[in-house]
Amino acid sequence: MADFIQTTFDGISIGSAYALIALGFTLIFGVMRRINLSYGPSIMLGAFAGTWIFVTLGAQPWQVAAVTIVGTVLVGMYVERLCFWAIRRDAAVASMVSSFVIWMQLEEVATILLPGRTYPFPELFSAGGFEAGPYFFRMEHVATLAVVAIVLVLLRLLLFRTRFGLALRAVSEDPAAAAYMGIRPNQVTFRAFVLASLIGGVAGYLLLASDQQVTPYFGLWATFKGLIAMMLGGMGSFRGAVVGGLLLGVIEAQTQWYLGNAFKDLGAYLVLFLVLVLRPGGLLGQGIVERDAQAFRRI
Amino acid sequence: MSEYAISIASNMGIIAFVALSAYVILVVGEISFGQQAYFGIGAYVSGVASAMWGWPFAPALALGALAAAAAALAVGVLTLRLRGLYFAIATLCFAEMIRLGLNSVHVQVEVDGELVGPDGAEGFGDIRWIFENNVTPHEFMFMIYGLLGAVLALMLLAERSRLGAVLRMIGQDPLLASSQGIDVRLCKLLAITFAGMLAGLGGCLYAHFATYVEPNVFNVMLGVHGLAYGLIGGLGTALGPMIGVVLDIGFLEGIRAIQGYRMIVFGGLVAVLLIVMPRGILDETRVHRIKRWMRRP
Repeated sequence: MADFIQTTFDGISIGSAYALIALGFTLIFGVMRRINLSYGPSIMLGAFAGTWIFVTLGAQPWQVAAVTIVGTVLVGMYVERLCFWAIRRDAAVASMVSSFVIWMQLEEVATILLPGRTYPFPELFSAGGFEAGPYFFRMEHVATLAVVAIVLVLLRLLLFRTRFGLALRAVSEDPAAAAYMGIRPNQVTFRAFVLASLIGGVAGYLLLASDQQVTPYFGLWATFKGLIAMMLGGMGSFRGAVVGGLLLGVIEAQTQWYLGNAFKDLGAYLVLFLVLVLRPGGLLGQGIVERDAQAFRRI
Repeated sequence: MSEYAISIASNMGIIAFVALSAYVILVVGEISFGQQAYFGIGAYVSGVASAMWGWPFAPALALGALAAAAAALAVGVLTLRLRGLYFAIATLCFAEMIRLGLNSVHVQVEVDGELVGPDGAEGFGDIRWIFENNVTPHEFMFMIYGLLGAVLALMLLAERSRLGAVLRMIGQDPLLASSQGIDVRLCKLLAITFAGMLAGLGGCLYAHFATYVEPNVFNVMLGVHGLAYGLIGGLGTALGPMIGVVLDIGFLEGIRAIQGYRMIVFGGLVAVLLIVMPRGILDETRVHRIKRWMRRP
């Protein structure tokens, strides 16, 4: 039982970072009804910029964090302009494929920047952690949870208490109606993209600081972890993304602990496949399947 | 042709099957991130048939394609009510389950004093049909293109038929199609199964071309590349995906000058192309215009 609780806690702490990535996807998908496959790779390239100043200039952890986040936002802007803003609004698949080829581009830029496969990423704390009863809490896990909680509260306030949040929700509900109300959908979309990149940069930094290494595969990994977490909870909802992310983290941690490393990813994919087949809207989503399908009408 | 050119050409032919398979799904209005699963199933099943059971190539190929089609049909039935991103992610989940599952499949038998068969993550080697029958790479390339040509001819014919029109209609507007008395679910299942078979054929050819397969060959990158080729080439005709494949593998492998910056150049070019032509180079309008021009008296 103690094992189960300990594993659950470890799962929740990595799952909270998944939740942030899923939230980034939800923001972009909610506003544009399009998928940004380059989301993970843009975080990866931001992290590579962070690692680059760490390896070549010996920067401090907070500087690495700043460069990672700013780098992610800049790459995110580039992706938005090229793959989403410039492409006709009804061509959802073209945007997706375009973001995929830009992903390949970003990966190559990362390998040119740092030609090796694996690079060290500075850890946040050198202190190991603390014990409470039979449980052991790693410092990084506690810090991750705390930062994620702060980001979630801020995001919640931003989305539901400010004019920008109102505009963003209006555009995601109906871009045409929002435009009649004097909102500029393109501007809101761009800002949502920047916001998503900001969140992604924070999530990427937390994940990599706890792994202490970064590889070009982080892009692929982050994109698909985020998509899976989003789908698991139910697409297009704030709560769904958070629940999906936490659930994904716990499922992975438990299957890894009880069934071994080989089943870690298999378990998560199996659960998601079953959820999609049995409850197509995700665990928390209801009746949104048809609305989202609309977005793909004109493929 | 040099050995290098032959291997590039063979690769192009094999990947073309994946691109065609992604294209068929795109035509009926869905996106699949999981066509690599059927590629993998075809590769493994035909490899088992020819290397472990000693079957000749043709029946092994047929069995591999059938197994892939059967798997696609099963997944199609399960995911029939999913659309858009939900369908895409469900197919991705299935493909990743197959890939990760193959990592723990160990079935080996002794053939001619050697252990042959899938060995988990170590892969499945010694699919030696081309060596045992003295098939040169040159001959195998012609076999790939023979099969590809036959499949393409079949698809081009089907596109001219009523079935082709029906499938395109479903892709444009499933609700309208069903109000015309079309059985949308049946047609979609047909397309999904056929797409699975195409990817399976590609997998069979790949297994016998490379003589070695491992689960990591069938990762999500293979499927997404196929999808990208399908869209870049254009959704108007089955010849479209061929253009996508030739553009990426053929054209860019050829230019040595941009080696090392290949994806930067290619990614940028394709991104600009998709801004100008969001439905690919040979989209429906352009195909229609070309047809009209050719029919001109």
